[in-house]
Order: sequence, then C-alpha cells, then structure tokens
Amino acid sequence: MERILTRNVEKRDSETLAVYEAGGGYQALLKALRELSPDQLTDEIKRSGLRGRGGAGFPTGVKWSFMPKDPKKPSYLICNADESEPGTFKDRLLMEKDPHLMLEGCLLSSYAIRASACFVYIRGEYVHATRVLETAIAEAYAKGYAGRNILGSGWSCELVLHVGAGAYICGEETALMTSLEGNRGYPRLKPPFPAQAGLWGCPTTINNVETLVNVPFIVERGADWFLGIGKAPKNTGPKLYCLSGHVKRPGVYEAPLGLPLRELIYEIGGGMLRADRPLKAVIPGGSSVPVLTAAECDVDLDFDSLAAAGTMLGSAGIMVMDETTCMVQAIERIAHFYAHESCGQCTPCREGCGWMEKVLKRIEAGSGRNEDMDLLQSIASNIQGNTICPLGDAAAMPVASFVTKFRDEFQYHVDHKACLTGPRVREFAG
Amino acid sequence: MYGPDFEIKVDQIVARYPHPQAALLPVLWVVQRTRGWVDLASEEWVAERLGVSAAHVHGAVTFYTMFKQRPSGKYHVQICTTLSCMLRGCDELLEHVEKKLGIRAGETTPDGKFSMVRVECLGSCGTAPMLQLNDDYHENLTPEAVDRLLNGLP
Repeated sequence: MERILTRNVEKRDSETLAVYEAGGGYQALLKALRELSPDQLTDEIKRSGLRGRGGAGFPTGVKWSFMPKDPKKPSYLICNADESEPGTFKDRLLMEKDPHLMLEGCLLSSYAIRASACFVYIRGEYVHATRVLETAIAEAYAKGYAGRNILGSGWSCELVLHVGAGAYICGEETALMTSLEGNRGYPRLKPPFPAQAGLWGCPTTINNVETLVNVPFIVERGADWFLGIGKAPKNTGPKLYCLSGHVKRPGVYEAPLGLPLRELIYEIGGGMLRADRPLKAVIPGGSSVPVLTAAECDVDLDFDSLAAAGTMLGSAGIMVMDETTCMVQAIERIAHFYAHESCGQCTPCREGCGWMEKVLKRIEAGSGRNEDMDLLQSIASNIQGNTICPLGDAAAMPVASFVTKFRDEFQYHVDHKACLTGPRVREFAG
Repeated sequence: MYGPDFEIKVDQIVARYPHPQAALLPVLWVVQRTRGWVDLASEEWVAERLGVSAAHVHGAVTFYTMFKQRPSGKYHVQICTTLSCMLRGCDELLEHVEKKLGIRAGETTPDGKFSMVRVECLGSCGTAPMLQLNDDYHENLTPEAVDRLLNGLP
C-alpha cells in the first residue's frame, strides 16, 4: 500500500515547513478555506468513516457534529498528544517527524468545529517532540497558516502547545481538560459531554494526533478515496500499528485498517525474535485491552474484528510475547502501572488497582494462595463499570483476561513457587 | 522571583490562556527549568501570581510525577520498566545501571552526579530497552552502550 500518514517521515529535514510545503503541505487547508464550509468539511469526514485513533474508535465526523453551529461561547479543539498507553508510540513518530501534518490536521479540524483555538496537550516526557512542535508552530504563524485571518479567509485560530508533567490519566479526555485548566488531572463525569461543556465550560472536541493527521488527506483526496482503504464501511483508512516485544523488527508500521495480526508479526515484523521461541500471546491494543492467546491470533487488526474476538484495537499497541514469557510477571507489571497511575478519585479504582497489584505480586513472589485467582476476578469485576473514567476498566480487563486464559500458570506459581515457563533468562543484549 | 527574564517568560505564558490558572503547569515547568526543582517558596510565588492557593499548587506538584520536589542528580536517569521494555530486558538494564552507579532506583549518588528512577512507559516500546537521560531518550540499549553513555559524561 502507498504510505499515507508516514509518507514524509524518512525525508531529510521532514520536520521543516519547507519540506512539508514542497510535498504539497497546507494545500488541504487552502482548499478547505476556499471551497468548503465547516459543515461540508464535517460531512466529508463523516462520510469517510474515519474513527478516532486514540482508543475508543468513535466516528470523528459524528463527534464534530455535536459542536454548536452558532456558538454563544468560544469553541475549542484539543489535540490529544498525551500518548501514554503502554505499547503505543505512533504519535511520537508523527510529531517528531511530520509536525506540520499534525498542525494542518489541527487547523482543518478547528475550522470544521468553528474553534477559535486549538490546544495541543503533549506529554511532558516528549521533550524532543515538544521542541519540534514549538518550531513548527512558529513557522506556521510566520507563514499565516495560524493566527489571525488565516490565508486571508477571515477565519482566525490560535495554536497553543501545552506540556503535561507525567500523568497517564491526562490522556483521558476529561482529565486532560481538568489538567489544562490548571488542576490535578482528575476526570469528570459525562454528561455533560465536552461538546456541551468542555474546557472552561465551553464547547470542546478532543481528537487524537493520528486521527487529526488523516484529515488533510481526506480533504485533498475525498471521502470515497478513504472508503477504499481498509474494510468499508466501518473500518476505513490507513492505520499506524505499534509493534513491540518479542519480534525481530519492532516499530511503527502503516497499513490499512484490518491488517491480519499474523501478517504484522511474521511478515512486516520479521517474525518472532527467536525462531526457537514460538508465539504465546499478544496484547493487541495497548496494555488496557484483553490479551489474545496464540491460538486466537488469526484475527484482523480493526475495531470490529478485535471486538468480535473479545478484545479491542485500542491505540494499536501490539505487544508480542513468546513462550518464555511468564504471564504472571507480565500482568503484574501491567497491574503495577495502573496502580501507579490511578488518579485516586474513585474508590473502586484507587483501592482495587492497588489490591490487584498486591495479590499479583504475592503470586509472582511465590506466596500466592489458592483463592487468589478468584479474588482477582472478583476485584476486577467490582472495578469495571464503577468508576468515573475508563482507567478502572483499563486495569480490570487485562487482569481478568490473563487470569481466565492462563489460569494454569497462576496455579503453578501458587503450587510450586516457580514459573511454569522455567527460570527467567532475558538478556538485554539482543 | 528568579529575575526579570523569568517574570517576562511567565507573563507571556499567562497571556496565552483565557484564565491565568491554566498556566499552572507551564509556569511550574519554567520554575523547574530555572531552579532545577520546585521548592515550597516557588510554589507560593506561583500561587500568588496565578491567583490560586499555595495548597492548590502543592497539590499539582505532588500529583504530576515529573515535578521534582527535591534536587535530582546532575544527570537524571529514568529507566522504563513497563511491559514492552520488560520483554526486552529492562530489569537487567536497571540492575546493570544500579551496579554501575552504586545506587538503587530512587537514589542519588553521594557526589550528586547521578540520580536514577524507574518510570512507567515512555513511548519508546519499539526501541526497548531504553532510558531517558535528562531530556534525551537513549534507545535499543546494550550493556556496552549504557557504559559508553554514562562513562562519557563530564
């Protein structure tokens, strides 16, 4: 397939405005401002079937259409660049290597929802990407692509880069807004949804970086072109897959939505890291989603195929584990992450995540009890659905799936105080 | 506090937002870049400047893990130990660095040159194992590469 979203990333000086413009950059913005009304642009995105690439897969054009057409207050776009889901590193590539593509996507989307400003909320650890974006934003202002009266259209939009400070929860859209307003990153109840009352109570839309970079291409080439990529009608367009773990060639790969998981691992990714260590399990959508056993890996990587397989595409962070992986150790690591990142507002999540971690740690250490596996399932099911934001679900789903699908390994840990996979040998030289 | 350049920078940041409080994180970043960490006196200054309570500022500083509440080493080493890095040997990397620096995760060397912490996913999963040294990522690490990196620091 022709590379779309990553077509510029290997060019020399790809992050500069000159290179971006030489490749046709900002022509989509010019076209939209001349030829399309905000509602026509929204309709085109709706028709393309573009779904949010941040994790939830909500149709982008539909989300935009919730914004008021005759706003009494300022409207805002937030570009969610707080990429923090373990196993996910696609937005970092886009921001470091093709920042103007993201900015053009931000500006087009701001135009569609009648936003007067776009806030880019980037995670604090991405220092390099932040510097690249600072330069790119200054270039965009200098050339009249951002700021007042953009390209003579009469429409104005500010671009503001806002740097986070180390909190996974701020990738959740309501926590992000609370954080941007100058608070601890606590999620808010929905409703009201951000389009009704978002940033400072104003209508707000939050879109992921990868979602936004699709927009210039849909404007340039049309919704019909986009519908021809992937699996129409509901899983359309190009997708960035983040491949990590026990494969020969980990990295970010672009392919249509619906790429077969085995093709990603064995062809694109070069196969398992060690030929003598076959595949054991895959987490297909970042650490929040249920795990797939090797036998369940005949599945396509798209929203609906993975949902049918009982898991999720999420942020397309595909973590591959070979047969030497101890599943108790793997899920203990994930549970630790959520216990660390729970914001502490909701009791089921605050207490439950820590409790799951504690139980997993003792199983891992060889002091687990026979009832611990049922206990883990019980904690997980008491967290799920009982919290303000999805972090609780994100912690509960992987734990429940690991215990269900690899229960024999947990039982072995309890019975033998050792791993079913044998002693751990993991060199970091290879 | 911290001179006129610092205050001009803060004023510029505050002007970007419809409400001064929104500048809380960016202003704390300027404090940390200037002083190296965020002390209580700076928190009080920021609170006054943005029109929030000192307790509110302290609440934010203690919530966001990147704000340092005490000085770190001249070289601050952060090692990612989340799942993708674990699969590619970050525990062994951590052990190697602990031995090399003679400190455990969370500690600072007596001469103040190095501090080291384990952190959650830094978005470098395809190039694991990795560490962040001050602002910069170092990826696809081997024991030799880590030694070269740390030995070469003045």
